[in-house]
Amino acid sequence: MLSPITETLFYFTDDEYRAKKGVKKPILMFVRACDINAIKRFDDIYLKNGGFVDPFYAGIREKINFALMECPSKGWDTCFCASMKGNVVNDNEYIFGIQLGEEIKVDIKDPSLMEIFEGSQITYHVPIVEENLISVKIPMISNKDVQAKVKELSLWKEYDKRCIKCGSCTIACSTCTCYTSYDMLYTPDSNAGERRRINASCHIDGYTDMAGGHSFRPSAGERLRFKTMHKIHDHAKRFGGDNMCVGCGRCSDHCPAFISFSTLVNKLSVEVDKLNEEDINE
Amino acid sequence: MNNILEPKPYKILVVKKLTAIEWLFRVEFDEIEKINYGQFIQISIPKVGEAPISITGFNAKDGWIEFLIRKVGLVTNVLFELKPGDEIFMRGPYGNGFPFDENYRNKNLIVVAGGSGCGPVRSMINAVNNNFESVKNMEIILGFKNEECILFEDDISSWEKNSNIITTVDEICKDGNCSLGLSNGLVTEHFSKLDLSDLSNVEIVIVGPPKMMEFSAKEFVKMGVPEEQIWLSFERKMSCAVGKCGHCRVDETYVCLDGPVFNYTKGKYLID
Repeated sequence: MLSPITETLFYFTDDEYRAKKGVKKPILMFVRACDINAIKRFDDIYLKNGGFVDPFYAGIREKINFALMECPSKGWDTCFCASMKGNVVNDNEYIFGIQLGEEIKVDIKDPSLMEIFEGSQITYHVPIVEENLISVKIPMISNKDVQAKVKELSLWKEYDKRCIKCGSCTIACSTCTCYTSYDMLYTPDSNAGERRRINASCHIDGYTDMAGGHSFRPSAGERLRFKTMHKIHDHAKRFGGDNMCVGCGRCSDHCPAFISFSTLVNKLSVEVDKLNEEDINE
Repeated sequence: MNNILEPKPYKILVVKKLTAIEWLFRVEFDEIEKINYGQFIQISIPKVGEAPISITGFNAKDGWIEFLIRKVGLVTNVLFELKPGDEIFMRGPYGNGFPFDENYRNKNLIVVAGGSGCGPVRSMINAVNNNFESVKNMEIILGFKNEECILFEDDISSWEKNSNIITTVDEICKDGNCSLGLSNGLVTEHFSKLDLSDLSNVEIVIVGPPKMMEFSAKEFVKMGVPEEQIWLSFERKMSCAVGKCGHCRVDETYVCLDGPVFNYTKGKYLID
């Protein structure tokens, strides 16, 4: 909805680009706690980064209201939201919470909805996931030199063979926002068409290709490193606040090579601890 | 709300062939007062797409900007089919550009540019050349692959009035003899000819292929130039130029927003 696989931005002819009109009706989105946090990361990029507001994202975003769905007490087996603070949602961030079971329980946060439930007593509150089956330790990178050394860790080379650069993890990721724009024609002989954007993945060939042939990060390990560091370091460093990754675990669920993101981050944490210590001793 | 991604049409005024694959395009533009040296524009061709192109010249009085276009991609291939009078679409300018007033004014400015890296520095060099009192001195090293690849020959001759210019080519010149005034070898081989006697007063701008910038910066540091006085201009794939599409990101830095010009103290960490 907010970052569809493909999205029309403009309709064009030879002499004009005309922006697509935004949605008019309000949208109700049923989400988990981690999703509400993921969309805050979307907001960082689409509404705040560089002081530029993406008009297409902003148009849909202001129409969205969230219904918060209760998760199993510890989430699912790849979840690690409690380690990433993706489990916590403020009351003003959703209009009602809901438990979908044999009976349906609701937790009304928006007073205007109370009329619908007039006469009923609301005692239910969506519980937060206090801990998961997996916990993740986030590496604390002490300075720029350590950050540069993380890029040289042999840990990444291990993934050169395992990761097949398919991009499934970035499609599944709740917080991946990258895109590439392209123009398409309605018919091969027409001058009319659309400028669209399509989800892009830093794992896929061509992501960094420039006209003239230069490109960056050719190996699978380098690409996995680029994505991992964005999720657990770079985004938070740029915007302040929490890490980009919300611990939804969907990347691990979707990886055809069974790469577990939580295992990777824990392994990285051990290596970063060693680098921090070496840096102090230098 | 103003749509930041919407390009507007502008008319091509002049097309000048500099080399077989590098042409200069002069295009009408209405927001010249916003431009700083070294910034870039997103050029759109309907049906083909959008590409970031450095601004290589601008003139507020006559209302035009210039681009050095190298025929290497989808958008640039189509640009080479266009003529004066045709329209292209543009949005921008984007990026930070060179901090001339803050850092280079009244200094010994040294510019090292390689190949189409001459594009981003040309407007600043021309401005300094036309008002040489704005710096203490300016020296320029230009590196090209071979004699046929040399760009902006008219500009170079006018820069020679004020500045020490070293134009060097990587490939051995024909018959082993370079034309008058042309040197042989990589740009770094000519750094010893520069006036680095007052290191505290020098500011160095390096623009070119990634390896050329890396080795040049390292060489200047070795010669005693403080890292804070070295500046690089980066090039990356971009779809949006406004910090949304993610292609140009390196670590916590977005080249389109925080660059393309970086001080070497920051630029040396921008490793992909």
